[in-house]
Amino acid sequence: MATSTPTTDLPQAMIETVVPASDWVIVLPIALALMGAAGLMMFRRSNGTPLIGSVIVVLAIIACEIALLVEVLANGPVSMTMGRWLPPFGISLTADIFGASFALAAALVTLIVLFYAELDRADADGRDAFHPMVLLLLAGVTGAFLTGDLFNLYVWFEVMLIASFGLIVQGNRPLQLDGAVKYGFLNFLATTFFLMSLGLLYGLLGTLNMSDIMRVSSTADPAAMAGVAALFLLAFGMKAAAFPVNAWLPASYHTPPAAISALFAGLLTKVGAYAMLRALVVVLPASRDMLEPVLACIAIGTLLIAPLGAIAETNLRRAIGFVVIGGIGAVMVGLAMPSLNGVAGSGLYIFHAILTMTALYMVAGLIEKTTGQSDTRYMGGLYAANAPLSILFILLVLASAGVPPFLGFWPKLLLLEAGLDQGVTGAAPGWVGTAMVLALLINAVLTLIAGTRLWAHVFWRSGPEGQGSENGSVDLKPFEKRGQLALGATTLLVAGIVVAGLWPGPLMEAISAGAADIIDPARYVEATALAGDEL
Amino acid sequence: MEYILAALVGLFIAIGTYLLLSRSVIRMLIGLTIFSNGVLLLIFTAGRLTQEVAPIVPQGLDVPEGAIANPLPQALILTAIVIGFSMFAFLLVLAFRAYQSLDADNTDTMRLAEPDNAPNPPLSY
Repeated sequence: MATSTPTTDLPQAMIETVVPASDWVIVLPIALALMGAAGLMMFRRSNGTPLIGSVIVVLAIIACEIALLVEVLANGPVSMTMGRWLPPFGISLTADIFGASFALAAALVTLIVLFYAELDRADADGRDAFHPMVLLLLAGVTGAFLTGDLFNLYVWFEVMLIASFGLIVQGNRPLQLDGAVKYGFLNFLATTFFLMSLGLLYGLLGTLNMSDIMRVSSTADPAAMAGVAALFLLAFGMKAAAFPVNAWLPASYHTPPAAISALFAGLLTKVGAYAMLRALVVVLPASRDMLEPVLACIAIGTLLIAPLGAIAETNLRRAIGFVVIGGIGAVMVGLAMPSLNGVAGSGLYIFHAILTMTALYMVAGLIEKTTGQSDTRYMGGLYAANAPLSILFILLVLASAGVPPFLGFWPKLLLLEAGLDQGVTGAAPGWVGTAMVLALLINAVLTLIAGTRLWAHVFWRSGPEGQGSENGSVDLKPFEKRGQLALGATTLLVAGIVVAGLWPGPLMEAISAGAADIIDPARYVEATALAGDEL
Repeated sequence: MEYILAALVGLFIAIGTYLLLSRSVIRMLIGLTIFSNGVLLLIFTAGRLTQEVAPIVPQGLDVPEGAIANPLPQALILTAIVIGFSMFAFLLVLAFRAYQSLDADNTDTMRLAEPDNAPNPPLSY
């Protein structure tokens, strides 16, 4: 609370200079997405306009985010405060390397999914408002990656949630309504838990600006703060689908059209994981230390349970849903061991998962389109019919299992290094690090088994179960023009993943620099320029 | 006053949790609303309860005179009410549509997305 001295000095609380034009790149991606969504709502009935319009908007967002990333890489975190009041009074958007690079990755996959979505939109007439809702989802995701205020983060979560509600029921099939009920209830409950922890945190500290919380969190009762942090863990764990609270994901992600599943898999759970990283490692590090055993248990549980689910599942997209959950386990390993390597591993894994999990669902959608089936028991013999698709799928399986030299290998390498280091020097007992290293390795093997089994069943065997002959394979539908466009978009994304995996140097350098800012957020706090710092 | 409200928050959240554990979708919806209203009340209480004057700065001054009520929790709650209401409206329509097309308002019988008798995983390979 500001002291109320009679003679006030406004510069202490207000921004009296004009915001430099370069700072606008932090707010432009969100503003463009929101305005684009509103604009496209008006044109939703006109043929073809929504796709062109949304592609232009996303391209503009990507351009802004590249500019933002370049700025952040060169000069450290960037912050812009709304409404002239200095933070913590005004709401800040603050971007560091992690936030900016994840926002860029999210916009890139959105662009690709926009083209891919044409696959299912042959007879859609635009009144379903698909494109505006995708932009709204992107606005929520970008806002969550770039915000510097916890209540603002809550608002972006809700923007994301309402857009995803609209998307998950697109098509209106009974299957989707069933999935949407489970998705809707559990995710709304998760954001309500988030709101509860915000209320308690505000009661303890009187502020919700992330930098300001870092400044004053040591004054509060550590036990109460640990309780707040545990609530954050529960809320973001539900959003990220970490092990004990993951049931909603395989219940809902396979129900909407493939393009929407792909977008969800790439963006939504990763935002939960990022928010957990931001809230626990950056904002409340002291409370995170108290929760470390819990985090380690969740990481190990998620890593081990998820791929077993993928092995047991016969529905293709449900099985991939379990692979998505397994990836969250890898991110949690870095949260449980926030050394430089651990945090860099988590960050790189989130980046990798945004690209790879989207691509996996895109390939799964193409497989379902070709075979007309969603259950792997009725698939088979696809290799002979569509070799490119089989190559894309096996590449993505290898990437998500973390086989070198694919993109998934590098974050896991960093995490393994972090785990082995902790065995030697860490504060926690060494077996915790060793256990997580073992869990990571077992997870890689199990994911590989699950993925290659899917590949063998869908592509390699000659026909569906019970049919021995190669002639007895299911009716395969060749791709039409829209299918070719979708295949092209998927190939482009997979090619990007392979190239990033083969030359990971720049990416790893950038993420390592970002991890340094996560562990020591001094530059982040400085960028926020809190009011009263000089007092 | 804080103690009474804290007890009320606890009561709201307990009722909400109890209703959320029900199998009927409508009861779950009501539970969710009561739960989120409990959370709103929690924010209100966490912002400290005062019986001071409204947070209005008198004319000619830059800061208010003396202690004032904290306006921030009200702003937070107002945002959260709007969001929570829209979510509730969506979930209500969704539950109704699910009831229409699945003929189920009981979560035990909503098994389209997750089949009850899941087949064994294929044993080849």
